[in-house]
Amino acid sequence: MSTATVESQVRGGRRRFAVGARTWDSIRSKALGLWAALALLYLFIPIFIVILFSFNDNKGRFNLTWESFTFKHWEHPFSVSGLSSAFANTLEIAAISTAIAVALGTFMALALVRYGFRGRSATNLFVFLPLATPEVVLGAALLALFLTINVATGYLTIVIAHVMFNVSYVVVTIRARLEGMDTHIEEAAMDLGANEWTTFRKVTLPMIAPGVAAAALLAFALSIDDFVITNFNAGETITFPLFIYGAARQGIPAEVNVLATMILLVAVIGMIVNLILQRRKASSERPVVLAPAGAPING
Amino acid sequence: MLRLSLRTRRSLFPYLLLGPGLLWLIVFYLIPILSQGYVSLQTGNIEQGYTFNWAFHVYSDALSEYGAQFARSFGYAAVATVLCLIISFPLAYYIAFKSRHKNILLLLIVLPFFTNYLVRTIAWQTILADDGWVVHFLQNVGLLSHDGRLLATRTAVIAGITYNFLPFMALPLYVSLEKIDRRLIEAATDLYASRATAFRKVTLPLALPGIFAGSLLTFIPAVGDFINAQFLGTSRQYMIGNVIQSKFLVIADYPTAAALSFVLMFVILAAVLLYARALGTRNLQDAAI
Repeated sequence: MSTATVESQVRGGRRRFAVGARTWDSIRSKALGLWAALALLYLFIPIFIVILFSFNDNKGRFNLTWESFTFKHWEHPFSVSGLSSAFANTLEIAAISTAIAVALGTFMALALVRYGFRGRSATNLFVFLPLATPEVVLGAALLALFLTINVATGYLTIVIAHVMFNVSYVVVTIRARLEGMDTHIEEAAMDLGANEWTTFRKVTLPMIAPGVAAAALLAFALSIDDFVITNFNAGETITFPLFIYGAARQGIPAEVNVLATMILLVAVIGMIVNLILQRRKASSERPVVLAPAGAPING
Repeated sequence: MLRLSLRTRRSLFPYLLLGPGLLWLIVFYLIPILSQGYVSLQTGNIEQGYTFNWAFHVYSDALSEYGAQFARSFGYAAVATVLCLIISFPLAYYIAFKSRHKNILLLLIVLPFFTNYLVRTIAWQTILADDGWVVHFLQNVGLLSHDGRLLATRTAVIAGITYNFLPFMALPLYVSLEKIDRRLIEAATDLYASRATAFRKVTLPLALPGIFAGSLLTFIPAVGDFINAQFLGTSRQYMIGNVIQSKFLVIADYPTAAALSFVLMFVILAAVLLYARALGTRNLQDAAI
């Protein structure tokens, strides 16, 4: 490129900057804001419909066209037969499978981040694989196993399936938390004679607690929402998503919308509390600077 | 109690930590995938049972019969992934660079997904229904013919998939955009790069890991999805997931279902590896997390 073209480009750039940069910037910024708002609106359109139709006084079994406003579905949301037991199953299975998956996953993440051992990178890849497998394959494969070894599917197999797909999510979430963490405090505990288990309980666990909580929330949310894998391994057991699927053909009762709205409300409240706590923490807490320790002793 | 030297204890400890979780994944993930291979090579029927006899013809039969559904799955998933990228890139960019309420906006992206997947998809049925206002509006402005419909079309299925997997694209994009050092962009503009050039040469390359991770997290579940095709489409829009689920759970033709699901998994793995190579991402996991 000759110096002349460079110069003209530079001058051109400057001129453009001088003339309309400001207005151009504000147009671009407004367009971006508008796009973001529209994208969020798109995400919320069906949610408005779900909430709205929980107040619909629907005629007949289908709840697909708007009739008139009523509170009646909110008065007895569990009156529909089968719905309350399905909902209870869902919450129970989510609680049990989350507890197991978080326990297994936390230890795995700890091993993967804190220890060098043979087969570590292979294990990292292996843990990642279930996340790269479509749900329909996970569900079908597990059913193939249960069919091969003649295990009847039901409550227990749903729990097994949920733990299986949640473990990887837990590992990934907690690993991310562990990776940015200082190891000196743990080393200090060990130097002072604490064994691995005590160090884990008294030092590591309190430090990674927010990561563990996030992982547990994610696992719980994935578990209550799962339809595909559950559908393959449920046998006669009915969960909330399976109830919805089964009801879809004859028309979904508006009570399902009520329960869906309730779950959403719980999530909203949880999020607001979380935001307030974060804000309070950010304003009260000053970052603690740990003096860098000398040579790693246990190294 | 077994007495081991401190050294042995320390070297065994990581395996102890890994053991239970790894065992769970081997027994309920790896072995099932392999047992699917075993089931896929069987012949027989549901009344007399299936027997294993290296029936490789199950694969050729399944692929020739359901090739269309395979192609459709990958086509729909690819279009939906591109649409997700187009919709969520400006959104993620806005949150990362312009917004003062990042946390709130991020929560808003996640919030709709606390409503059950099926309930959300069925809500789209209401929105896209033939007598709904969306169809009426499109008919009135002439974008849709007077007997045209949205529900039970390819458009509806792809729109449903796009909707349902949007956060999987938006969140990784946000993470990678947020990480970009603003000084690099300032440096580019100080050196007389136009805003567009700075975006193309600095922001976009640095956002690539997010684009990569987001595309995978959107594409993989989208290929295997059957809910959108079932609720928003007809059998003419059915994807490979619909076939696998009905073969397994309705018709009980286990070998065909297992063969299709086995092939699906390996095609996806191959596609992921090719994509990783094309984008030059050095480590798959680094990008996905």
